[in-house]
Amino acid sequence: MRPDDRHYLPSHEWVKTDGDTVIFGITDYAVEELSHGNVDDLVYCDLPEPGRKLTQGETFGEIESVKAVADLNSPVAGEVVEVNKTIEDHLQVLAKDPWDKGWLIRVKPDDTSMSHLLDAEGYEASVGEADE
Amino acid sequence: MRHTPLHDEHEPLGGKMVEFGGWHMPVQYGPILEEVRRVRERVGLFDLSHMGRFNLTGPDAVAFVDHVATCYCARIPVNSIRYGLLCRPTGNPIDDILVYRGEDEVFLVVNAGNADADRDWLLAHTDGFDVTFEDQTDELAMIALQGPLSEESLARVTEDLDLSQLGYYKFAHGTVCGCPNVRVSRTGYTGEDGFEIYLPTDKAVGAWRSLLEAGQASGMAPIGLGARDTLRLEAGMPLYGHEIDAEHNPIEAGLKFGVSFHEEKGDWIGRAPLEALHTTPSRALVGLVTDGKRVPRQGYTLLDGEQAVGTICSGAVSPTVGKNIATAYLPLHLAQTGQVVDMDLRGKRQACTVVDLPFYSRKRS
Repeated sequence: MRPDDRHYLPSHEWVKTDGDTVIFGITDYAVEELSHGNVDDLVYCDLPEPGRKLTQGETFGEIESVKAVADLNSPVAGEVVEVNKTIEDHLQVLAKDPWDKGWLIRVKPDDTSMSHLLDAEGYEASVGEADE
Repeated sequence: MRHTPLHDEHEPLGGKMVEFGGWHMPVQYGPILEEVRRVRERVGLFDLSHMGRFNLTGPDAVAFVDHVATCYCARIPVNSIRYGLLCRPTGNPIDDILVYRGEDEVFLVVNAGNADADRDWLLAHTDGFDVTFEDQTDELAMIALQGPLSEESLARVTEDLDLSQLGYYKFAHGTVCGCPNVRVSRTGYTGEDGFEIYLPTDKAVGAWRSLLEAGQASGMAPIGLGARDTLRLEAGMPLYGHEIDAEHNPIEAGLKFGVSFHEEKGDWIGRAPLEALHTTPSRALVGLVTDGKRVPRQGYTLLDGEQAVGTICSGAVSPTVGKNIATAYLPLHLAQTGQVVDMDLRGKRQACTVVDLPFYSRKRS
């Protein structure tokens, strides 16, 4: 079971409330899909600059492996206030700890509602279906 | 999805399986870049049993191939192999193929994803030719050894065939892994020395395991389709659906070496438009390298200033070149070594420089 202290998009991003901001990341499933379990196959992560305004569902960045590229989609609307700059040069963090050290961006949300997102159980079910 | 006779071997070896051309195939067993390096420096083993294999016999087999394919089959020496294409009447390709000229047969190796279309096309054009078509895809397994240590690895399990005497793009038959009369060709899709072998389906698993064991001392490992794609791109070899397709003809793709306009070859399908284009191409396939971190991907637009001038055909992280590489078609005035164009990444740009193809060619001893 993935952490139940946050919400998910079916496209494998997570969002976690942290005080009056939220942080975004991607799930272990997304990392596995991109790298097929070989962390060295991750080559690049493109993240937005602080100050960028995001709408819900907007593509805010991309992550690339040797053979694939995936969009990073915004689970909620808001303004980017901080970017995890260490990720760009240390993509292996995403494989080691996608839930904590592997956070991508911090956002000041327009709205604190998460009702449009999946909870951990819902995400688990959606990943389970994808694997069948 | 179709399974090769070696399908069940791959996952126990760490293979990550994906769909490719209608087949369930290993994309990688470990990190792709390590697999690329292993083939450049040592030797890799590939399950290529998804490739289509057709055997043509009968008195007109050679003439038939000269009618449907771009290469000049009648001029291929027996036991030699040539690259060619099957084209539509427009000159645009249905597929690219390898043609093995045997004593009494012509053996064709075609792309997995096009095999059905190729078979239909060939069978639709046999009128007037005394030729027998046999699809051997299901009865033969195809395994490749690629890399500088291929010969020493294969020699450990080969009897009655001196591999050191088998030249590039030649084939012979020998006993491999105890299986007699195996077709062995010195060919491949990586730019390295290597062999492709064809043996009965029921011998495939035993041979695969014997080859891995025999190759251990040479550092052999199984290699997936991911590394194979990077290896062929580094070597400047086209892939149908990328560099060539229904919209991209072999002349502009730089494949003239596989197209014969020899008078005695006669009027083959696609000849007239390709012969005309031969003298007046409007664009050319080029190699690109980029110092940026973003990997070029098929479909990305190339810009010259504000003008869209081309589209990426294939792209890869190239451990051999040490940069990210790509192929693309550019208009002739931009298809010049040293020309810089920008790759469009949703408004962001990354500079790419035109270089000569191939990106890599091995030093031949």
